[in-house]
Amino acid sequence: MSAPRTLFRKVWDRHVVVPETAETPAVLYIDLHLVHEVTSPQAFAALRERGLKVRRPERTLATVDHSIPTDDGSWAEGLGEMDPAARYQVRMLGDNCGRAGVRLFGVNSSRRGIVHVIGPEQGATQPGMTIVCGDSHTTTHGAFGALAFGIGTTEVGHVLATQCLLQRMPRTLLVELHGQLAPGVTAKDVILAVIGRIGVDGGTGHVIEFRGAAVDAMSMDERMTLCNMAIEAGARAGMVAPDETTFAYLDGRPMAPRGADWDRAVAEWRQLRSDPGATYDRSVSIDVSELEPQVTWGTDPGMVMPVSGRIPATVSSGQRKALDYMGLKPGAAIAGQPIQLVFIGSCTNSRLSDLRAAAALLRGRRVAPGVRALVVPGSQQTRREAEAEGLDRVFLEAGAEWHQSGCSLCIAMNGDRAAAGQYVVSTSNRNFEGRQGQGARTLLASPLTAAASAITGKVADPRPLLEEGRRIA
Amino acid sequence: MIEPFSALTARTAVLPVDNVDTDQIIPARFLTTTQRTGLGRHLFADWRRDAGNRPREDFVLNRPEAEGARILVAGRNFGCGSSREHAPWALLDYGFRAVISTEIADIFRSNALRNGLLPVVLDTEAHAWLMAHPGAEITIDLRDCTVRLESGREAGFEVEAFARHCMLNGVDPLGWLLGQEPAIEAYEARGACPA
Repeated sequence: MSAPRTLFRKVWDRHVVVPETAETPAVLYIDLHLVHEVTSPQAFAALRERGLKVRRPERTLATVDHSIPTDDGSWAEGLGEMDPAARYQVRMLGDNCGRAGVRLFGVNSSRRGIVHVIGPEQGATQPGMTIVCGDSHTTTHGAFGALAFGIGTTEVGHVLATQCLLQRMPRTLLVELHGQLAPGVTAKDVILAVIGRIGVDGGTGHVIEFRGAAVDAMSMDERMTLCNMAIEAGARAGMVAPDETTFAYLDGRPMAPRGADWDRAVAEWRQLRSDPGATYDRSVSIDVSELEPQVTWGTDPGMVMPVSGRIPATVSSGQRKALDYMGLKPGAAIAGQPIQLVFIGSCTNSRLSDLRAAAALLRGRRVAPGVRALVVPGSQQTRREAEAEGLDRVFLEAGAEWHQSGCSLCIAMNGDRAAAGQYVVSTSNRNFEGRQGQGARTLLASPLTAAASAITGKVADPRPLLEEGRRIA
Repeated sequence: MIEPFSALTARTAVLPVDNVDTDQIIPARFLTTTQRTGLGRHLFADWRRDAGNRPREDFVLNRPEAEGARILVAGRNFGCGSSREHAPWALLDYGFRAVISTEIADIFRSNALRNGLLPVVLDTEAHAWLMAHPGAEITIDLRDCTVRLESGREAGFEVEAFARHCMLNGVDPLGWLLGQEPAIEAYEARGACPA
């Protein structure tokens, strides 16, 4: 009998083209290569310089997300006001994909969106696959039991040219999430708490497998939020074993298998669970039952606390530097901190369930005076689905902005940005200095916490507003 | 082709900050380029210059002693965050050939190695010595994977064997990978996952 294997090991073994030796890494086959405008031009150029072709264009899928504007004004002008360098980059992607025969959901495609939103949405992301992209949040796709990780531009070139990567086998870290989440507490709060617990380098060199009752109970959207931020703990990838929730999500998606192929695929996918007795290099166990909504107070995602808590009273020099940047004081409460901006979007929290959660709080309420709230759906399809439910009207009537899809305020390189000194409650994944604009101060939180904060104009616990909503109902 | 790296004797610049993320190394607003050259002027842009584009005199790279430094010593978990290869491109273009820390983030390490920027992970004792001696002239020898600090003080480090081979000899790993074509074809013929 073969030794028990982890989910990660099963996917890894299935993709080894040439095994690793002391001298050389493994050659690992890549099933799906996602491409966007920012990290690919130099890779396509490198292929051209060497006279190489894209080896398997049908395993490559491209879209535009990072540098395109999301405001209606820019789109009404046909992106005429777009930064010329960014526009050139977008055009280059079109040229490169056209020449190579790579499928592109481009500027005018109804299937365009954030690369980590559209992969799953279109059914391109499937269990057991190896998936890479020149983007660190590729970990998102691990929610389906895929081995998915971010790579640099040189490696984007390697995959374009050979459909393979040179990789040493990473170690494994099991994160067991026990218990049941309380109302108002979300997958975003769970992953922020996990990062707070293991640290922003707690997963370095490891692939995380998330497992346990709390994971089983999560929707695919929630599992994607969980795996999306595995990179914020430094992990190579995050994975969740596929189950009925996974299969139900994928069934009927445009790029998912159909008919007999579907049945065969599901039978294979059912094998993608860690065997009983499989061992991990490390493991962590967390009971999420008592977890509160989480908010970051510093400049990395590990500087996080419960919304009702206080910033540590005694801080290290690094924490002191972060607090100086944030304009916050040791020992202070975070709830009640006045804010100027709210961002609901990004590959972490821009899916339909995220928009529904935010709308549930904003329905019949108003964004506080002096606060700007941007709601940016993860894809054009998500945007249409939200509009079909009337969520756009909920946001607009509340005084929030309803945008076209894109990375938007998660990465200040597309026109959406915060001003220096502004406090932003953001559903994105990084509170690094300047991430949302030079001098901008990011407080990471869930869509519920972001919506509650928009309504009160201050960092707010969403649970009292949820309660109030229930009483009225 | 990357420049071969065997041994480097140079002065250090010390950035005593943990968890330096790639958004600090090069902010996202500079990623609209389609080139990999000329990014050194944006290295640590928001730490080097204030909002009015004036140099921040207290930042290490703006101090006279950092002039000509080719080795950057930083706190733990250097290069975390975004996968942007613009980070090692910017460090190299600025003039750095090596980064030393007690821990270096996975994607950054891989990107650095692919471009001839040597990521060196040292034990905390050797690292503490470097942090306490900014501007020290040291030697990083990739042939025996040793950093020579002051006389009589040295520390070993590890580099993945194939990446080390490539850096020592200026070998492009893509050439080797392309040489695996028969194995890749055989793998696909055995039945890769459906596209």
